[in-house]
Amino acid sequence: MAHTAVERRAFSDVIAVLGCGLGILLGLFLAAGTSDSVMSFHGALLALACVVGAAFILKDAFGKEDPTAEEGYYDGPVKVALIAAVFWAIAAFLIGDIVAWQLAFPALNFDLPWTSFGRLRPLHTSAAIFAFGGSVLIGTSFFVVQRTCHARLAGRWAPYFVVWGYQLFIVIAGTGYLLGVTQSKEYAEPEWYADLWLTIVWVVYLLVFLGTIARRREPHIYVANWFYLAFIVTVAMLHIVNNLALPVSLMETKSYILFSGVQDAMTQWWYGHNAVGFFLTAGFLGIMYYFVPKRAERPVYSYRLSIVHFWSLIFIYIWAGPHHLHYTALPDWVQTLGMTFSVMLWMPSWGGMINGLMTLSGAWDKLRTDPVIRFLVVSVAFYGMSTFEGPLMSIKTVNSLSHYTDWTIGHVHSGALGWNAMVSFGAIYCLAPWLWGRRGLYSQRLVEWHFWIMTVGILLYITAMWVSGILQGLMWRAYDSLGFLQYSFVETVEAMKPFYLIRATGGLLVLIGSLIMAYNIWRTIRGDEPVDAMEQPRIAAAPEMRPVPAE
Amino acid sequence: MLKHETLEKNSILLLIGILIVVSIGGIVQISPLFWIDSTIEKVQGMRPYTPLEQAGRDIYIREGCYTCHSQMIRTLRDEVERYGHYSLAAESMYDHPFQWGSKRTGPDLARVGGKYSDQWHAEHLIDPRSVVPESIMPAYPWLAERKLDTRNIKERLQTLRAVGVPYTDEMIEKAEEDLKAQVDPDSRAARELLQRYPKAKVAKFDGKPGGEVTELDALIAYLQVLGTLVDFASFDASGPNLR
Repeated sequence: MAHTAVERRAFSDVIAVLGCGLGILLGLFLAAGTSDSVMSFHGALLALACVVGAAFILKDAFGKEDPTAEEGYYDGPVKVALIAAVFWAIAAFLIGDIVAWQLAFPALNFDLPWTSFGRLRPLHTSAAIFAFGGSVLIGTSFFVVQRTCHARLAGRWAPYFVVWGYQLFIVIAGTGYLLGVTQSKEYAEPEWYADLWLTIVWVVYLLVFLGTIARRREPHIYVANWFYLAFIVTVAMLHIVNNLALPVSLMETKSYILFSGVQDAMTQWWYGHNAVGFFLTAGFLGIMYYFVPKRAERPVYSYRLSIVHFWSLIFIYIWAGPHHLHYTALPDWVQTLGMTFSVMLWMPSWGGMINGLMTLSGAWDKLRTDPVIRFLVVSVAFYGMSTFEGPLMSIKTVNSLSHYTDWTIGHVHSGALGWNAMVSFGAIYCLAPWLWGRRGLYSQRLVEWHFWIMTVGILLYITAMWVSGILQGLMWRAYDSLGFLQYSFVETVEAMKPFYLIRATGGLLVLIGSLIMAYNIWRTIRGDEPVDAMEQPRIAAAPEMRPVPAE
Repeated sequence: MLKHETLEKNSILLLIGILIVVSIGGIVQISPLFWIDSTIEKVQGMRPYTPLEQAGRDIYIREGCYTCHSQMIRTLRDEVERYGHYSLAAESMYDHPFQWGSKRTGPDLARVGGKYSDQWHAEHLIDPRSVVPESIMPAYPWLAERKLDTRNIKERLQTLRAVGVPYTDEMIEKAEEDLKAQVDPDSRAARELLQRYPKAKVAKFDGKPGGEVTELDALIAYLQVLGTLVDFASFDASGPNLR
């Protein structure tokens, strides 16, 4: 078995092209062989994606040999994921703001199936969590695992397959919602065939990640990688169990979930809460553990704390699901268990927050001078706030008021915008000059604008939702002096209007901020000279562009 | 003594450690729900959905109604007074998937069946603000115009049986007839339907007698059965209510 580099490369190319060929055949088979128009469309989409993939691979295989192409870090897939993340952030904010205005002005549903709230709302949540969040996680994990292991990403085409295969999953899922294809399980809406596709992509993702760790030239696996690994493995487990379903036919989109009623509810919220716990927390803590110390040029505050809070966080999170089902037909013992663990979860969550914030020790001045680090640090502060609010809302008596109201929506957004989006934007602002070899961002002042516009937007959003949520919860349980319920349901809906307007305005500000970021990133990638290079810290530049300090 | 260093230097051990730690919670909380009998206390009256109701349920899911409406009345005084008897686990035992929901932008629908007339539902779905001026619900005019897709209703019921809904051979055999019979009051087929599915409501729900079976018919049929199967006049919370 002779293994020369050329042979290995040729072998990978052949396997990759064969895989694409298989995808084309399957896609065409589905497109032609079904009377279900959505399945037919998605089959065609798969075939088209595989044609493009095969063309790309063949062009590379028969193109000019670049002897250095196989050395050093493998950043092509990271670049794709970064651009995808910026695109999906804008898409998620745009759709989110549209549905926010729809709640204030129902005429904006346009009386059409494809634009009505019930179909757009899953599109918004999936675009935010899976398209934007997922692209950030895949991109940063591929970047971080290489740097912290001093090793090139494993696989020749596998990393590209993960990034592009994931994008295909998003497009299939999203177009499916618009066309009415959904399982109706929150944050797990994609139907069975999209779920199967994601499973394949995810297994390859795990293999690439583990393969890179196996190649490492550092004895220790860095803490960020523990979190990424926990995120990848646990999301795989959650995804598979929660989506167990039986399709009506292999040629149709519709399926029925294996579980029913109370068991299905418990499984769904075991999944749903841990989509938060592992997708939006563990994975993003991986981002924090690399980018905060890197950008602040300080070591992580406490190694011991990172061990303790890592294991306790992943152990406790998985128990917290039942707090979504207080006072329901779920057995009481499960509710109490869920509440207890949710309250306990406060501690490991704050362990992560403390470790992130205290990393700034001795470098707090950077908060004033570097808006990128401000994004990173304020995100950790929002993380601390929403992981305090979460345990509070999981207490049964509080939950009896907050559940089913906008308070939950506000809580989710202080986490998703304040923590996830802000830490992502911090990482994206770091990565753009580093990946494309620039002397810095195109404009640091635009980062300042983005930061403040977004922060004001988030604050408008969550304060409006606090007031509307608590107000509506209190109105639902208000009694008049004769002992009757004081308000009809629709009166409580009417009372929400001003807050829906404030919320939609806040969302618009977040959207505007993301457009400013897209412009800034685009100018940076294009290679325009930074307009304020002198104000940017040394760390803003790509490693090879950093000025050597005079000794 | 196990040092953390061991895990930090071996990715497979780390992986196994993570898998063990994240599995425990789910094993303890979820698996007992499948074998502890008191999880779902059996009550009289529960039956699988009729083919038309099930088709309506599929539309309810397709349009994302669950994003604004819960189907779960909690054991709280104001909810029981507003919506009716708190929801029992048995009432969603044939729901694949469950529709308990998580947000009430609109009211709970667990017991909406029978509260409004078919005509009210038809008008409300086509133009919500014609009957509730302050409503912020989207309008669903296309439901009235679209013919219900009945092509694979038999396969749907078969699939549901495979995941545990007790449809009989007869129910599956007659699925298409039953679906049409439910919009054809006073017919012989409707009487047969009622024998198979007690308490089913038979009506031309969209108010257009003799017309095609529309998606609106199916959705209203589903809404009208919600929460009506268990007779709470004879229900005793302390049991036994076994069938």
